[in-house]
Amino acid sequence: MNRLWKEFSKGLWKELPPFKLVLGLCPVLAVTNTANNGLGMGMAVIAVLTLSNFVVSLLRKLIPPKVRIACFIAISATLVVAVELLMQAFSYPLYQQLGIFVPLIVVNCIILGRSEAFAYKNPPLLAVADGLGMGIGFTLSLTFLGSLREVLGAGTLFGVAVMGDWFVPLKIMVQAPGAFICLGVLLALMTYAENVQRKRKGLAAVQGATHDCGSCGGCANVAKSQ
Amino acid sequence: MQEYFLLFMGAMFVNNIVLAQYLGNCPFIGTSKESGVAVGMGGAVVFVAVMAAAITWLVQRYILLPFGLDYLQTLAFILVIASLVQFVEMFLKKMIPALYKSLGIFLPLITTNCAVMGIALICQREEMDLLTTVLFAFASGMGFMIALILLAGIREKLAVRRLPMAMRGTPIGLVLAGLMSLAFFAFKGMI
Repeated sequence: MNRLWKEFSKGLWKELPPFKLVLGLCPVLAVTNTANNGLGMGMAVIAVLTLSNFVVSLLRKLIPPKVRIACFIAISATLVVAVELLMQAFSYPLYQQLGIFVPLIVVNCIILGRSEAFAYKNPPLLAVADGLGMGIGFTLSLTFLGSLREVLGAGTLFGVAVMGDWFVPLKIMVQAPGAFICLGVLLALMTYAENVQRKRKGLAAVQGATHDCGSCGGCANVAKSQ
Repeated sequence: MQEYFLLFMGAMFVNNIVLAQYLGNCPFIGTSKESGVAVGMGGAVVFVAVMAAAITWLVQRYILLPFGLDYLQTLAFILVIASLVQFVEMFLKKMIPALYKSLGIFLPLITTNCAVMGIALICQREEMDLLTTVLFAFASGMGFMIALILLAGIREKLAVRRLPMAMRGTPIGLVLAGLMSLAFFAFKGMI
């Protein structure tokens, strides 16, 4: 039980996918122009991530190590197709809003990274906890970033006006530059907060979260296995 | 002729794949610390994107559509791209070792690069013909390469500057990308 909680909760803060690991940036930047889109994308990722972790973990003894990446991709692609069809059937407007980013969940580093780094080495129950935690962390981050950009860029939150008449929306925030700058500043603030804490404990300040493909289990291991 | 030129410029600058379409951001931030690496990665993306777009176009047109399997597009495309990357790598290793040396280490990373799959998907959604697809893929790949090399150049200069600790690394890379994207907005008036 304890172990389950540990695996679940690490995705919520300690290894929060987009902010701490800086993984899967494309959907993080692309679909967070409104809080609603961020939430919808997050839900789709929760479904795919949890199920792919579960399936990979069930099949971990059967998948030969040499072709494991191809197997992971096939599994996640199958699940994405299922999610895609379900979204077309039950929430078509959202499906249209998210556009090509629904099929692109396949190449989201988080899915492949978790299969490789966790699900392939752990029993199904733990893998599901890990997938669910990471998925929820991802969704919360996306919704938060989406809310921030929507409030600053359009003065609304989930489509409801929240700012007074005095507020002039910064249109740029709902467009591409706003996405990059918002995420960059958020990352810097998180690192700053962490550094203030570290200083209190008498530790040296650390650099901001770094993204290189090394932090992405999938890519790094594909590279290594060649 | 003129429409192809406009398509080319549009894909390369106006709708830049990274700075306006949000595709391929992981390698954009991840491999833009040195300009040498950026050139290698950019070259690999151009190469694979063109081949992948052409092959997925053929797969969609002659396999998926005739058999009514177009709902399997996502699955088929990713498998095609993954095997293509593997094949290109083996081919380059055997036949053109010099090119393999400069692009080799980036090729495996491209399977999970959403720019490649994104370009293939955009071509399908816009219902382009084969020639347009190839041209669009090439221009988009070049757009990726240009953005990557520019960002790498700026980040190399910044590496020797004194930045606030919290801004170093990825945060400043993202803010820079945002400013570049703002600059690329200026191309919108061009077409």
